[in-house]
Amino acid sequence: MVYKTRLENRGFDQARPMEAKVGVIKRADGSAFFRFGHTWAYAAVYGPRNLYPKFLQDPSKGILRCNYNMMPFSSVGERVRPGGSRRSKEISMVTQKALLPVLDLDEFPNSVIDVFIELPETEAGSRCAGITAAAMALADAGLRMKDLVAAVSVGRVDDKIVVDLDYSEESYEGGPVADIPVAVMPNSGKITLLQMDGIISPEQLSKAIGMAKATCVKIAEVQRAALKEKYKASENNGQ
Amino acid sequence: MTQFLVENKAVVVPGERLVEGMDVVAGPNTYRDGDAIYSERLGLAAIDGRTIKLIPLSGRYVPKTHDVIIGKVFNITMNGWQIETNSAYSAVLNLKEGGSDYIPRGDDLTKYYRVGDYLVCGVVNVTSQKLVDVTMKGQNLFKLRGGRIFSVSCNKVPRIIGKQGSMVSLLKEATGCKVIVGQNGLVWVSGDPAMELIVQKAISKIERESHLSGLTEKMSAYLEKETGKKVFQGETDGV
Repeated sequence: MVYKTRLENRGFDQARPMEAKVGVIKRADGSAFFRFGHTWAYAAVYGPRNLYPKFLQDPSKGILRCNYNMMPFSSVGERVRPGGSRRSKEISMVTQKALLPVLDLDEFPNSVIDVFIELPETEAGSRCAGITAAAMALADAGLRMKDLVAAVSVGRVDDKIVVDLDYSEESYEGGPVADIPVAVMPNSGKITLLQMDGIISPEQLSKAIGMAKATCVKIAEVQRAALKEKYKASENNGQ
Repeated sequence: MTQFLVENKAVVVPGERLVEGMDVVAGPNTYRDGDAIYSERLGLAAIDGRTIKLIPLSGRYVPKTHDVIIGKVFNITMNGWQIETNSAYSAVLNLKEGGSDYIPRGDDLTKYYRVGDYLVCGVVNVTSQKLVDVTMKGQNLFKLRGGRIFSVSCNKVPRIIGKQGSMVSLLKEATGCKVIVGQNGLVWVSGDPAMELIVQKAISKIERESHLSGLTEKMSAYLEKETGKKVFQGETDGV
């Protein structure tokens, strides 16, 4: 069996329909929503604020604390048990490491910036949607960042290199599959997250990463447009 | 060849390319990378001749020397009071700075300010580690009694105050309330309860519409309608 066409006639280098909105959570200092098809992520940023217990404080810079959480009813499979799991803890950590390179937290010693990522609906690629939403929320919170971060998963399904795998592709049984979440700083093309699950050849991998970078540039456009949409009214700031 | 890629007062997002070329200076909240200048925060681009800077539109308050803020006493120590500043950092009000009168060491400090009291205080010093010292010595620094306190975005404070305080004096004249706007985004209003409510509504209107021109005229019309009185409009120019 050969993998020929994708669901909904998607091209192999085409991501699922994207949607982004900024300022969705009123009480947060910054918030954003991002969606890849049926994978929805809400991110809320609180802070910089006081950090306790005190031994966690860093006197040289502020710290970033990320929390990734899939809601119990979010996935197509079994109910996700509420609370943290080994998986969510790992994803929280890689999210933090994907976002830190763009942030400048020197201005906030001894304080913390909390990022909460909630996923009400997931169908593969949730950490990428989470990172993309969190980058927008951090910008909305007015933090100093040298760039945004956009993320997408790429990979291989049988003999095809594809962008933004959905659940049916991630669990494809007709051939080998590789799933590679990639986060990129769109200006410089530098990679801040690269994980892999599956089997892929070096040539296929470099082709996949190239496609991820190209897709992240498109995602960054969506992010920028969403951020500007919220503040558009301020554009003709008459004085 | 130098080229500005954004217009003056355009909304820009972190990592956006603002200028290409070497003869423009990167001002606050922007950075230079090679030939180009990029934005470092979400805000409005402000082009001034050969410099470009960014006016932030969001973000928490960060204490600065000479700011007058509204703080809340949350603890009393041997040497003074600890004050919440609506930022990531708490401030210390030392005994010596407690007021114009001499406060002897070992005196019962609750005689002066109790836990939960709101104070209008001046920021005297902020260290690199964001240890904040405040003072109650000075004109117009006092303990708040009665009235109501609410918070606004600290980035909107200049608009609420207006040019040379034009907006605040308009609010005061129209409603007969006392109004104090702290740089940290806390606002205190005291007067007739119905009028207090009008001031609060008016300020949230200013916050929402801070980008529109002719805001002072608009607000005086709004206040006339709400209070049912003719508002004297002195030297309030078109802010």
